[in-house]
Amino acid sequence: MLELQHVSFEVNDEGNGKEILRDISLTIPDGALTVITGPNGGGKSTLAKLIAGIITPTSGKILFDGEDITTMSITDRAKKGIGFAFQQPVRFKGIQVFDLIKLATGEKLSSVDACKYLSAVGLCARDYINREVNASLSGGELKRIEIATVLAKASKLSVFDEPEAGIDLWSFQNLIEVFEDMRRTISDSSILIISHQERILNIADEIIVLKEGQLQYCGPKEEVLPKLNGTDSSIPGCGKGMLKKGEDQKC
Amino acid sequence: MLNLDAASDRLLEEVADLHKVPVGAFNIRANGKAVARNTTANIDIVQKEDGSGIDIKIAPGTKNESVHIPVVLTASGIKETVYNDFYIGEGADVVIVAGCGIDNCGPKDSEHDGIHRFYVGEGAKVKYVEKHYGSGEGTGKRILNPGTEVYMEADSYMEMEMVQIKGVDDTVRDTKAELKAGAKLIVRERLMTHGSQRAISNYRVDLNGEGCTCDVVSRSVARDDSYQKFDAILTGNAPCSGHTECDAIIMDNGKILAVPGLEANDVDAALVHEAAIGKIAGEQLIKLMTLGLTEQEAEEQIINGFLK
Repeated sequence: MLELQHVSFEVNDEGNGKEILRDISLTIPDGALTVITGPNGGGKSTLAKLIAGIITPTSGKILFDGEDITTMSITDRAKKGIGFAFQQPVRFKGIQVFDLIKLATGEKLSSVDACKYLSAVGLCARDYINREVNASLSGGELKRIEIATVLAKASKLSVFDEPEAGIDLWSFQNLIEVFEDMRRTISDSSILIISHQERILNIADEIIVLKEGQLQYCGPKEEVLPKLNGTDSSIPGCGKGMLKKGEDQKC
Repeated sequence: MLNLDAASDRLLEEVADLHKVPVGAFNIRANGKAVARNTTANIDIVQKEDGSGIDIKIAPGTKNESVHIPVVLTASGIKETVYNDFYIGEGADVVIVAGCGIDNCGPKDSEHDGIHRFYVGEGAKVKYVEKHYGSGEGTGKRILNPGTEVYMEADSYMEMEMVQIKGVDDTVRDTKAELKAGAKLIVRERLMTHGSQRAISNYRVDLNGEGCTCDVVSRSVARDDSYQKFDAILTGNAPCSGHTECDAIIMDNGKILAVPGLEANDVDAALVHEAAIGKIAGEQLIKLMTLGLTEQEAEEQIINGFLK
């Protein structure tokens, strides 16, 4: 279980302190899929980076299974069981997909087992396992590989920062299935997804809405989702990725 | 294997992947002397009359054969210059493995300057692998100054893989090539320097024949207080295409100078140079750290991948 207590994050904007997150207190429960949503610039990705340890809060505390991890390094948090999928995956010259998945599992891995993770994200494993994680891969391919590394890490808390960004319309359904599968086998671990997509919100157990750096709503999907409709935090009805094959776009 | 000392055996393994006596033609040189040689029906190796090196003659049409000519130095204070000339017959298709290892445990400098000249016949295909390696705790320097000249006849192909990953204190590598019509030269250089090492790599490629192509790519890492210079000049004298690339990572106080040089003397010469030097991207380290690696482990993984 992850707990944020009065977390704020400020950046220095031309000599003036600019608050990105203000006094956020929330809990990401075990055994659940939680989605953080809200308008662009609301502080969602900042929150994800605070959880992974890439940045440290200006004030407040972060507790993971009761332990204060506020100042803990990225590496130590990863070892404690926090996984993080980047919104914009990183490229590496010379490092192959197999190498990255092997590093993620932290143990010796056969290529057959590594392929399992690639298949799960809808990539033909044989074609990708020996590819370099470099600029020869498209944005969508990189994104799936990024998600595969987080699947392979099998963390207690897996954080996905906008997993749908860069994924084409037809692969989006696969992605939803990946998260549904994760949700089914979740047991005492938890999943946190930053997303704008209604279909991802629909598979959530808990929804958190961030707006202008503040917590707007937080609670079970059934309670939060109706509140989103008709507000400026709501998701436009014609959002990308929501069309079915053959369906016309009406907006 | 060859009744050499343990240090020589280890060096042979490092520079030529030799665990035992190689198959095919070979000439193994240790501490200034040839210690083993083998020729085949198609590949002859003969000592030059003035004793300055060897001539390797590969008969036209020779297919799927290899030549190993590794050099090892384990005695401190040896300084030698060796001239090896390769005559590769028309239509041959061979692999040539060179490489030099120096183990210097003494106070005197050890130096091997190997000058390799390749005369690549029409339509011939050569893969050339050269690894350099240094070891030993002595205060004497380990110095390697390889000179490579490549003369490519029409429609010939040469792929050169040049690797120097560890332990060579000082190196000046001079590579010159002249290409006739339809010839293709590929160079892949991988270099890592550390401590106070210095490595200079100079390339001069003249693209003289119609349709010839050249691609020189160097990937390098400079750590500690080491210095590297990559200086590549392509001259296009005919309708041709050429590309050079220096892709480098600097760490600690490492310094790298990349000097691009392109000269087009024909309106249909297409020449490109790329160079990028910088430290390891912070986001690469962060990604690997989110997988549970320490910053140092992440650095090692990134460097190993980059130089693979």
